[in-house]
Amino acid sequence: MALQFAISPDFPPEHIPGWYIFNTWLQRELDSAIHLQLYDNFGDLREAIHADRLDLVYANPFDASLLVREKHFMPLARADNLQDEAVVLTADHHPARHIEDLRPGTVIAATDVPDIEMMGMIMIEPADLNRDNTQRITCDNYVMVAKQLLNDEADIGFFLAEAFDNLSDLVKNQLRPLVRSQIQVIHHSLMAGPALQERHATLQQLLTTMDTSEKGQGVLDALKIHRWSPLAQEDSEFMIDLMDTLMIS
Amino acid sequence: MRDMCPEDIVGDYTEYRLRYFDGSQRTVLVGETETPYPEGRLIVSRTDLDGVLTHVNQSFVDMAGYAEQELIGAPHSILRHPDMPKAAFADLWQTVTAGKPWQGYVKNLRKDGGYYWVLATVIPNVREGRVVSYTSVRRKPSRGKVEEHAALYRELRREES
Repeated sequence: MALQFAISPDFPPEHIPGWYIFNTWLQRELDSAIHLQLYDNFGDLREAIHADRLDLVYANPFDASLLVREKHFMPLARADNLQDEAVVLTADHHPARHIEDLRPGTVIAATDVPDIEMMGMIMIEPADLNRDNTQRITCDNYVMVAKQLLNDEADIGFFLAEAFDNLSDLVKNQLRPLVRSQIQVIHHSLMAGPALQERHATLQQLLTTMDTSEKGQGVLDALKIHRWSPLAQEDSEFMIDLMDTLMIS
Repeated sequence: MRDMCPEDIVGDYTEYRLRYFDGSQRTVLVGETETPYPEGRLIVSRTDLDGVLTHVNQSFVDMAGYAEQELIGAPHSILRHPDMPKAAFADLWQTVTAGKPWQGYVKNLRKDGGYYWVLATVIPNVREGRVVSYTSVRRKPSRGKVEEHAALYRELRREES
């Protein structure tokens, strides 16, 4: 039976071919059939995790706790050039210049990406804003978030910093970052489930040396990943502890 | 813990003698300069079960004003500001030693005698069913909450003295 591999739904759509190329490479290297499953939303992914249907997950930090502490997944690696940082934005014509200028009733446009949501909410705490005194517009993607700001449907938007940086200059110039996180220790992780426990070391070795071969480097380039850095159990535990503190409000 | 040194202090200061939970004492030199919380950052540390620092991130180092090597191995109370009531830290330790998370507003003392306010969250780190350490993450508090807690802590300190 094929191993089941899932990618966190917040991957950039332009990376879809890259993940298929990565999956093909991995099947060849492991000499095992692997089925790549792309989920539309976090609810469906979590349902699959809860039902023990997955063997390999490229996980949002928010799901790391569920995978490691409840489902006994083991961390394999992280992309060494990618970090999860968030930006809180307004439209350039919005009167707010600082987070502290925001008032209760602020309308927030955001996607359903859980770690960006959490970081965004933390960054508006200095204005005494929380879930109870703000309104929410949930968007399918970051372009829609930007649109809500530019059309004055929302006061602020939560963005993955990388997604904001990759917007066209035309759109970016009409938006203003109020605050950008610099947390540096929150990142997606590739994790292996109990069925892969015996092959964990092999898999970690394969991943962390793939940048040393031309073929492997080509696969990484397709994902815009420089290289995979090995993750120890305690590295993930530390990030999960950190996430746990941030979920308390 | 070593007493604070006058040569490290920026500006005028007042001298206090702090007595800690374990009976030890330290002279601290306290000024009136507030360092603003850095935008978008988290101040992160980890301590052992006795409250001794085992990990600090760069934001912790920047805000505390001590070098990392001065912090690692030092008790977390190196940042204790005399304006903080004993009751706040008693509550913190009682809560985390019971295995529960604690959150509160804290005024911290810098090496240069200045101070900074944080919203601190402390959680016990559980490994294989045992608490092995504590992680503390501080974030930027709202000005309203800082003023509210400054007044509350003044009141608590009056009651304690």
